[in-house]
Amino acid sequence: MDLLTAPFRYEFMQTALIAGILVALICAPLGVYVVLRRMAFIGDALAHTVLPGLVVAYLNGWNLLGGALIAAVATALGIGWFSRRQALHEDTAIGILFTGMFALGILFISTVRSFKDFTHILFGYILGVTTEQILLMSAITVIVLATLVALRKEFELTSFDPLYAEAIGLKADRLRYVLLVLMALAVVAAIQAVGVVLTSALLVVPAAAATMLTNRLPRMMVVAVGVAVIAAFTGLLLSFYFDVASGALIVLVCIALFLVAWFTRLVRDRLRAAHQRTQGVSP
Amino acid sequence: MHLPYGGSRHTESDTTAPALMFDDVCVTYPGSQRHALCNVTACAQLGSRVALLGPNGSGKSTFLKVAIGLLPIDGGSVRVFGQPVGTAMHRIAFLAQRSEIDWRFPISLRRLVATGRHVHLGWLRQPSRGDIAIVDLAIERLGLTDLADRQIGQLSGGQQQRALLARALAQEADLLLLDEPLNAVDAATRDIMTQTIRDLHAAGKTVIVATHLHDDLEFEYDAIIRLSAGTIVQDRAPATASALPVAGATRKDVA
Repeated sequence: MDLLTAPFRYEFMQTALIAGILVALICAPLGVYVVLRRMAFIGDALAHTVLPGLVVAYLNGWNLLGGALIAAVATALGIGWFSRRQALHEDTAIGILFTGMFALGILFISTVRSFKDFTHILFGYILGVTTEQILLMSAITVIVLATLVALRKEFELTSFDPLYAEAIGLKADRLRYVLLVLMALAVVAAIQAVGVVLTSALLVVPAAAATMLTNRLPRMMVVAVGVAVIAAFTGLLLSFYFDVASGALIVLVCIALFLVAWFTRLVRDRLRAAHQRTQGVSP
Repeated sequence: MHLPYGGSRHTESDTTAPALMFDDVCVTYPGSQRHALCNVTACAQLGSRVALLGPNGSGKSTFLKVAIGLLPIDGGSVRVFGQPVGTAMHRIAFLAQRSEIDWRFPISLRRLVATGRHVHLGWLRQPSRGDIAIVDLAIERLGLTDLADRQIGQLSGGQQQRALLARALAQEADLLLLDEPLNAVDAATRDIMTQTIRDLHAAGKTVIVATHLHDDLEFEYDAIIRLSAGTIVQDRAPATASALPVAGATRKDVA
């Protein structure tokens, strides 16, 4: 038991754990919509396109998260705008914006002599989270969760039946923009923990694990948060003892939990099918 | 506080105006040259049951989507209860084809039916006890009470179709637009839905049913609008149809 709690006597470990829990609270419930609405690619793209924002902010000594936020929101709106005209498929629009912005970010990085400073941006540095960043993450947590609760019935309806939503005057497009902006906020928070390259994992993997285990939306969000919190805790602990990259470990624990959930689902479906066969009930 | 989704809720609409009035309507889909609807003039009187007939691709779905304001028109005019489209959204219920919905979404049948109340609630407001009673009654009328807590993907095709009609009932609309409601459903669903449409008619509602097959209401429709390649080929009242020598033949070629 001491093995589990001892590392968290250090203040930097406590701060890192708080950051991990906040990121879980932001990314996991939002991730459920990302998974159900098949927006995983857009999530990954958003995470990558914040790079130029981060680099420009770093080079000018501005607030990093502010720079990332501007870039992410600009991308979210840009993707919506490009694909709205239907001349371009959405995934193509994403592919262009995503790689273009990422390349721009790398170009900016290459103007600086020391590349090392940017490894934290690319791969995350949850152990170095500052109090200021915790406050910003808390603000993002409140905004994301409050919006998800307040617009729950609208997000639900536009997710499974956009046509009916439009028929009653509820613009599915606008709800999608709101979701994209929330995703941009989530990405900005998650980059602290796992970095640009792995951020989309936190949006997709815990939610994907939850979809294996339940078919009720609120429960799915709670399970996803649980998975993400366990992953943050376990990842931090392992990185403390083995002195390896915390961001990568957090993501790998997420994936391991997903595999467990996936296997559980597989076994449960098999058992149910076998049960129905013996009962002579057709599925 | 009431924040409606879109359009204002006009209540002072003309009580003598037809439920739906198409006057010389033309529609073109974005990026297409061909008219999806061309010079369509049609009318559904208050409290009537209208069949919208025609083969697949003849413009039936387009017709319904225009009436509900999902598609802009290039020319002509559309009036719903004498008002421009989009001003009386709570009074029109649209029942899309089943394939338009993501049935894997983790939501229960009851919550799906409850979305029929959204147009009355608007932003931020949650269903009241009264709303939930309306929803439960609609579920009961379509024989779905035992399935109310099922995830919508675990329902059969017929049950899904009934759930959509239950939502239309929960919306308490005066004009119902049903897109192929009896397409590929089981006999029990067919009976329940046919009876529900009769009940709606008895309650004074206007019902427009797009269909490409004979259905049990065949001899009960007050009017038939027959579409072919986006234009009206026939618009008549079946009551007078018996006077037409070809009435039987035209019925047959519907199928």
